Amino acid sequence: MSEQHNRLSVFKTYKLYVGGKFPRSESGRVYEVSDTKGNWLANAPLSSRKDARDAVVAARKAFGGWSGATAYNRGQVLYRVAEMLEGRREQFVREVADAEGLSKGKAAAVVDATIDRWVWYAGWTDKIAQVVGGANPVAGPYFNLSSPEPTGVVAVLAPQESSFLGLVSVVAPVIATGNTAVVVASERAPLPALSLGEVLATSDVPGGVVNVLSGRTAEIAAPLAAHQDVNAIDLAGADESLAKELEVAAADNLKRVLRPQPVDDWFATPGIDRMTAFLETKTVWHPTGALGASGSSY
Amino acid sequence: MTIEKRSSAFEYAPAPESRAIVDIAPSYGLFIDGEFIEAADGKVFKTLSPSTEEVLSEVAQAGEADVERAVKAARKAFETWSALPGSERAKYLFRIARIVQERSRELAVLETLDNGKPIRETRDADLPLVAAHFFYYAGWADKLEHAGFGPHPRPLGVAGQVIPWNFPLLMLAWKIAPALATGNTVVLKPAETTPLSALFFADICRQAGLPKGVVNILPGYGDAGAALVAHPGVDKVAFTGSTAVGKEIARTVAGTRKKLTLELGGKGANIVFDDAPLDQAVEGIVNGIFFNQGQVCCAGSRLLVQESVHDELLDALKRRLGTLRLGDPLDKNTDIGAINSAEQLARITALAERGEAEGAERWSPACDLPESGYWFAPTLFTNVTQAHTIAREEIFGPVLSVLTFRTPDEAVAKANNTPYGLSAGIWTEKGSRILAVANKLRAGVVWSNTFNKFDPTSPFGGYKESGFGREGGRHGLEAYLDV
Repeated sequence: MSEQHNRLSVFKTYKLYVGGKFPRSESGRVYEVSDTKGNWLANAPLSSRKDARDAVVAARKAFGGWSGATAYNRGQVLYRVAEMLEGRREQFVREVADAEGLSKGKAAAVVDATIDRWVWYAGWTDKIAQVVGGANPVAGPYFNLSSPEPTGVVAVLAPQESSFLGLVSVVAPVIATGNTAVVVASERAPLPALSLGEVLATSDVPGGVVNVLSGRTAEIAAPLAAHQDVNAIDLAGADESLAKELEVAAADNLKRVLRPQPVDDWFATPGIDRMTAFLETKTVWHPTGALGASGSSY
Repeated sequence: MTIEKRSSAFEYAPAPESRAIVDIAPSYGLFIDGEFIEAADGKVFKTLSPSTEEVLSEVAQAGEADVERAVKAARKAFETWSALPGSERAKYLFRIARIVQERSRELAVLETLDNGKPIRETRDADLPLVAAHFFYYAGWADKLEHAGFGPHPRPLGVAGQVIPWNFPLLMLAWKIAPALATGNTVVLKPAETTPLSALFFADICRQAGLPKGVVNILPGYGDAGAALVAHPGVDKVAFTGSTAVGKEIARTVAGTRKKLTLELGGKGANIVFDDAPLDQAVEGIVNGIFFNQGQVCCAGSRLLVQESVHDELLDALKRRLGTLRLGDPLDKNTDIGAINSAEQLARITALAERGEAEGAERWSPACDLPESGYWFAPTLFTNVTQAHTIAREEIFGPVLSVLTFRTPDEAVAKANNTPYGLSAGIWTEKGSRILAVANKLRAGVVWSNTFNKFDPTSPFGGYKESGFGREGGRHGLEAYLDV
């Protein structure tokens, strides 16, 4: 065995992603993240209630601009995310393999599916309104149009098991339609989510549109479910008893609640349900008037 | 309080609609499994005419045991009802729609008697919309696979539905028509002050030959509603009513499989810009807040008027209020009927007093209130700020709060400054401004240069604390499908 000196690698400090910046938890806390065999991978921030509230402030601030952007623009930005992910493919394959105990080949398949999912949702931004909205043939001289609009700030509890494909499968539909998100990463496997923050930061996604927190799901989710400036919550990453507790808290300001759905296969092409769960329908009545000699007709 | 005296240019002779057309029985049972039966514990309650305080009938009062029976009946009926071809379910609904049309005058008079709203409204708005709603959803029953909810949309099961007293039969139609069209069965609790039209509807179900147990009607109080919502045999909960009760229901169904839709309170802004056609705007404002005595969740209860036309608009509005006729709801000339109950009248009275106490300026036209019954004169408050209780809380009565603004941005900010988000109105001649403002309002229904228009094809429902889910249109199917 030769006495060759191996270069010492540079570790990454995993940080939160809030308002387009990469803060540590304000609490100064971290927790150990291990691979499925128990080997130490990194220390991830252990977010506090205050971190959750800060993330809501950032998400609310970003909502006006993101929901007001054209659907075409949102599609361009989301497609850019897929481009940036493609460039970091190897990194994510490694992180997903570690996080989920997958072979390199299987992890690569997960990452490829994840990138494709971004592309899928990028294409939806300027189509969903035509699918779920439209003119209503009311019995009267009115033009009546229903259009979907984003609900607002959505708290997203990412799936616990599928740390990357599952994560993107719940985050992308929320922001594709113009919502902004506070995402609680998989508790055991938060690293792919924290790295996703780095991708978003370099993808033209405005700061605050997606905010990523790591830590104890129950600890972070409680203040989000009770927060009066959060409009909706996706409970994908909550177990049965936590989900019930959070749904009760969410009733205080009548958040839209997406209960945990059993997902057998994250690879399957999703339907539009995860988008429509966080859309409101606005219906506007316009008098059509008449072109008679009588003039104005309303 | 200023009362302005105005001399009438001409008097109307009374023109009452005959109540002979409706035959109200001295007592009614619960409608369970196709039969009218007494409550398990034998309890009854009286329903009054709010315009005279006359007792109209004595009605069985549902309790927990009755909820149990009704849910069981609905559960049993679900097996066969959901298995029927959609085209057959459609024909039942078409039958119901036709019978409603045939009996619409009778039902209009009944509704006016039990609710207190003017016959002009029940005859021209409530009943035509009820029939139209059943016609609309009848047509969906055999076309569900084309509705955009997947190739094989399935019903949920038993729907527990709790409805309010402000549009008793119309709210029943909004709940029952889509539920049956999609193959669900129903247990519906009407409000305790307005049970009669739902019980007449039960008779319509019998005339239509609807299989027993498909529709069950449980008159009763909040305890019956709570038991229904909490019943484990219920798969779907639909509620229209107050935001406070809506939140309680959301807590009750948390952690269950029950699908929930809520249509709750509102504090709708009616925004008048300086270029608006003021005469039309005045009509829209009056319709927005005095339709159904303001007991409308989507009422335009906050008037936001651009400062430069404030005085002119208020003068015109006051002139118009002076011509409104308050009185016998059965009189075809009546604009303002009775408040639905003593309890609601007390609430409106208390909030109006609060408005005065907090410094807003109160005004009503000269208006004689009948001696008996529950009445409240059309009222408007000026000098209202956003901090005033009457600008924030839903009054659910004929009380308009007037606020002002200078710029469109300020109008939008004030309109959205509420936890509610049900309705809004925009009055302006400028098309681009209508679209820009409508785009920024966080409300489920926006009326431009009109107000309080409804149609079965038009989805209705709120943002924020005005609830979630939509009723009406293709959107309204989703609430009753397993999607």
